[in-house]
Amino acid sequence: MDNSKRKLSLGQKQSLAGWAFLTPAVLFIAVMSFLPMIQALFLSFKSGAGANLSWTGVTNYVRMFQDPVFMQALKNNFIYLIIQVPIMLILALILASLLNNKDLRFKGLFRTAIFLPCATSLVSYAVIFRSLFAVDGLVNTVLIKLGFLSTGYNFLGHPNSARIVIILALIWRWTGYNMVFYLSGLQNIEYSIYESAKIDGASPIQSFWGITVPLLKPTILLTAIMSTNGTLQLFDESVNLTYGGPSNATITMSHYIYNVSFKYVPNFGYAAAMSYLILFLVAVLAFLQMKVGDKRD
Amino acid sequence: MTKGKKLLAYVFLTVVSLLSVFPLYWMMVAATNKSVAVSRGTLMFGTELINNTKKLFASQNVYGAMGNSFKYSIVMTLVSLFICSIAGYGFEIFHDKAKDRVMSIILLAMMVPFAAIMIPLYQMFSKADLLNSTLGFILPSISTPFLIMMFRQSARSFPVDIMEAARLDGLNEFQIFCLMFVPTMRSTYAAAMTITFMNAWNSYLWPKVIMSDASSITMPMMVANLKSGYVTDYGTLMLAVLLCTIPTVIVFFLLQKSFAEGITGAVK
Repeated sequence: MDNSKRKLSLGQKQSLAGWAFLTPAVLFIAVMSFLPMIQALFLSFKSGAGANLSWTGVTNYVRMFQDPVFMQALKNNFIYLIIQVPIMLILALILASLLNNKDLRFKGLFRTAIFLPCATSLVSYAVIFRSLFAVDGLVNTVLIKLGFLSTGYNFLGHPNSARIVIILALIWRWTGYNMVFYLSGLQNIEYSIYESAKIDGASPIQSFWGITVPLLKPTILLTAIMSTNGTLQLFDESVNLTYGGPSNATITMSHYIYNVSFKYVPNFGYAAAMSYLILFLVAVLAFLQMKVGDKRD
Repeated sequence: MTKGKKLLAYVFLTVVSLLSVFPLYWMMVAATNKSVAVSRGTLMFGTELINNTKKLFASQNVYGAMGNSFKYSIVMTLVSLFICSIAGYGFEIFHDKAKDRVMSIILLAMMVPFAAIMIPLYQMFSKADLLNSTLGFILPSISTPFLIMMFRQSARSFPVDIMEAARLDGLNEFQIFCLMFVPTMRSTYAAAMTITFMNAWNSYLWPKVIMSDASSITMPMMVANLKSGYVTDYGTLMLAVLLCTIPTVIVFFLLQKSFAEGITGAVK
């Protein structure tokens, strides 16, 4: 009797210790993520300049769909998402499955080289790419020397080429990052599966689609959700690579929200409404991806 | 693999590796050359490093920005690792229904876009007089679901028998965490450290929002300030980029091996 009572209190004691351990982290997330999220929701139904806000209902939500700059930003985020994410993830998968091959040498060297871009800050690589693709930058110099161009092409001065530069830069910066996740996932797959598939006469391409992709599905889903989330929140590249230009043609939603909040006459309510659209898109796309991910089981 | 296919694989990997490294090589080349030489397309290291350094340090408060970046990132890494690792440990070792439910709510925070909470946070922090401070820099991302999840995952492999023995020896729960869990989870800590330090060092949007004083700016902010203006001095600009990149590259190389192990633990 006495013994069981002591055991119970010991269990309770441990449960309490557990709560004590996780409380600081949970409190920080509650105050630094969930609370501002709720405040932003209220804010999104208000309007006005600076601190003079008044309730305006859904005006902000109507306004953003009539705002040509925001519509352009929304379109840009989706262009980056639809073109860049699939190219990057497929490239990362191919690289990871090549580097998982036991017959190849120098794998450590290749892996380090391909991951290295991830060590550069977003501002740094944006500035590097801006300089490389400047009118007097290296890319133009090489193209002129090779005879493809007679004078420097203003890559960042034309909407489509500027978007392509952003996409190239994103692929450069993030492919190695996703590759590391795939390499880790591949370590959980028994290598002997590949060897027996080979004995059965499967080509490397068949093993890739038949073994690697299905078994890596959870990791692919994780990276797809992370990349979608990241792409919808693009900021540094738009600000530092193209300045959002030419004339807002490459601006992203986060960049525009920043401008509306801190650069122009601040309109926190309108900015909050636009940020809620990002949250909505992130949530819907994550949900869809999880659905698609489940279906193929 | 046949010889031909192997060769093809090597060629492909070599091309991708070169493309990955080239912009960084070019950055170093540009940092040692005059702006004119950079525009002319030089790919050889030059002799202008000292001149570029003098120009950069004369025009920008490099020591200040560097010092700030180190201060913010180190404090963030230390505090964040402690708070998140102890939470991940708590969630896994003492898990019950209520704690699991709290964990799944916390994971929702991963989806919150920063742009959405930036304005309320800014208002909160300016009221609390936290603008331009280290505390202001670290608070919003001191506790992240990603890190908590990583430590929770690795705590799964922590042997519970040892804990019972330690309890019998009279250690309390906090001592067990510090003396037994922390030393055995070195590779997870290394991976978490790499990720947290890099994220803190590279963060740009939040510091741009709250660091309004010139004396509080970070390295990425300094680099971003440098590139404005009509004429770009590529030499000094790339030197600044290089200085902003070196610390994270060093951290990455020091912790590379444990980083890969730690990520593997988290993906499982």
